[in-house]
Formats: sequence, structure tokens, C-alpha cells
Amino acid sequence: MGAQLRLLRRRINSVKSTAKITRAQELIASSRIVRAQQRMQAALPYEREITRAVTGVVSNAASVDHPLTVAKENPAKAGVLIVTSDSGFCGGFNANVLREAEALRGLLESRGLDVVPFVTGRKGVTWHTFRNREMGGNWVGFSRKPAYADAKEIANTLIDSFKDDNGIDEIHIVSTEFVSMLTQNVVVKRVLPLEVEETEASESTGIPPYFEFEPTAGDVLETLLPRYVESRIFTALLQSAASEEAARRRAMKSATDNANELMRVLTQQMNQARQAEITQEISEIVGGANALADAAAGKE
Amino acid sequence: MVIAKTVDGEIGIMPQHAPVLGVLVEGGVLRVKREGEQELVAAVHGGFISVADDEVSVLAEVAELGSEVDVAAARDALDRAQASIEADQEDADAAVEAKRARARLRAAGEEV
Repeated sequence: MGAQLRLLRRRINSVKSTAKITRAQELIASSRIVRAQQRMQAALPYEREITRAVTGVVSNAASVDHPLTVAKENPAKAGVLIVTSDSGFCGGFNANVLREAEALRGLLESRGLDVVPFVTGRKGVTWHTFRNREMGGNWVGFSRKPAYADAKEIANTLIDSFKDDNGIDEIHIVSTEFVSMLTQNVVVKRVLPLEVEETEASESTGIPPYFEFEPTAGDVLETLLPRYVESRIFTALLQSAASEEAARRRAMKSATDNANELMRVLTQQMNQARQAEITQEISEIVGGANALADAAAGKE
Repeated sequence: MVIAKTVDGEIGIMPQHAPVLGVLVEGGVLRVKREGEQELVAAVHGGFISVADDEVSVLAEVAELGSEVDVAAARDALDRAQASIEADQEDADAAVEAKRARARLRAAGEEV
């Protein structure tokens, strides 16, 4: 067997095993998306209700001054929570989030704010340590399956820093929103100071109900707001988890497709090389036989 | 009718109740009395009750239906919490633990 033929055969084998791996990864990711989506769905009612409650308090009790609702006059620092994944193999997922985070950093810095990044996900943390960027906090190990306790821990860190006079004055979240299997968008949201966001029109009448509070509006807000921030962060983590798997599935699918295409091209080349070898051998045999026949004819 | 325990005390909510937003206590028991059906009891730890548009929503940090409570485990937790309270009066975590365990037992219909 010719050297070229052996080389091609070896490459085809290696491409084939790569395709097997990426295909398996693709299938794993597909099944995980479904579960991640279910977790997302399960968290929806809580988020909707808590958003409604916060809207209720804020629209009813505009006079309530709470450190978490009031924008500071001279904000100096802004905290940005960047949600990335723990593992790679998910195409441009992390690059997109980090690019958006950089854009936000530029925007905040142009407003004269110092930006303190808070990062979840190993990829984002590595990105920041590699560039020697100081982080306000980092969390790893749960990007695929975030638990509420994780969101709570992050929220506590952020809120503590927010309440601290020398801490951050704004909290933004950069994460990936899961729209569908095929569409995931990087979104930037401001969480604090409060910017109540209606996920859907919750009031059929259009008039927000007039709430009574037990015990007082201030006390309710005091306990409600941290829960609201937790819920926001939890949603971002869940959406990001689902998006990560969707991005991984897409990346692995195109990797498998590419491997298959490569295999097709290589097989063609291999067949050509084999055919060329056979042709050469035949012409050598024929040439040899002719030479012998000529020599025999010359003797006679 | 929904009966819950807020930090101000027990609150009972009948149909057509005015909108209310209340903070629930740690280790409370929530009862939902339903017509023609068995009463629904749950142990609810912290969170909120919100009444609006003739709808009651309970947003709890942790909740467990009375029928799903593992009585033996809850008793065990209560004993452990009480033991650590006896050892250290200031143990706030244990006090919360004990409250939670009691709520779970009461939700399950056990005497505490």
C-alpha cells in the first residue's frame, strides 16, 4: 500500500471518531435542553407573581424610601453580573456574552463609573483572570443546572455590596435569553436601582390593585426586594443554562456535519489514490511484459 | 378560605378579599379550606402572601404539603434542633430549624 493511501486512511479514521464524539455531544445537549426548558418553565409562575407583587408595592407606595429602590445621586461604581458557562464546546456562546459585557463596560465607563464584574461560569472567570481583571465575586460549577441557592448566594453578595456605602451603586446583568431552540439573545438588564419589568400584562383591568400591607409597605419591601433580585438572577441563570445547551447542540451539529463532509472528500481522495496506484501497477506489469517480449523477439 | 400566618398575626382570606400583600412568618402553617374537598394544609417557611383580583398567591421560600411531610424526619430534625438549643441558647439557626420542624409536624396533623 502506498504511503499516501495509508495517510488518508488514517485521517478518515480520526475524523470518523471525532464525528462520533460530536454526534454524541449533540444528542446529549438536545436532551438537556428539554430538561433545562422544563426548569425554566417551573420557575416562571414564581417570577411572575413576585414581579407583580413588587409592581404592586412600588406603584402603591411611591413614598416608600428604600435603599434598594433609590438611585444614588452620584453613582461611582457599577456591578455587572456576567453569566457564562462552565464548559466549552458551545460555539460563540461565551464570546457573545463577554463581548456584550465589554460593550456595557465601555458605556458605563463613559458615564464615569467604575465597573466591578461579578462572574458566574468557569469560562467567564478564566477570561477575567487571564486579563488580570479584578472581580467582585465569582461562582463556578452550576452553569448547567443552577439551583435557587446559587442565585441566592449571588444575590446576597450583590445586595451587600449595593448596601455598602463604598460598594456598587448599580447592578446590571449580562446573560443569554432563551427565545427558542434556534434563537438565543444576549441581553443586558438593570436590576437595581429598581426598574420593574412587566413580563406580561398582568392586570386585566389595567389598573393596578390597591394593596393593603401587612405589616407596612416598608417592611414588605424590605423582605420582598431581595427575593425579587434573587428571582431575577435565578431566571437569568436558568435561561442561560438552556441557551448554553442550545448553543452546544448547534455547535456540535455543525461540527458533525463538517466531519461528515470532510470524510466524504477524504474518501474520494483515497479512492483516487488507490485507483492511481492500481493503474500504475498495471502499466508497470504491461511495460515489463512488453520489454520481456521484445527481448525474446530480439534473440530469435 | 385561606388562612395564613403573617408577621402581624393570622390572616384569613375569604373570596372577594381586598388586595393584601403580607410577609409570612418562618415556620407557619397555611390552610386552604375548600368547599366539598379536604382541607389543604402546608408548612410554609418565609415568603409572601399576595391577594389580588380575587386570587391568592403564596410565594414561599420553602413549602411542603402536609400530606408529603416525612413525619419521622421532621421529628428527628425537631429533636436535634432542640438539643442544640439546650446546648446553646443563642443558637439562632437551631431556633429556626425547630420552628420549621414544628410547622412541618403541625401541617402533617401531628401534635407538637
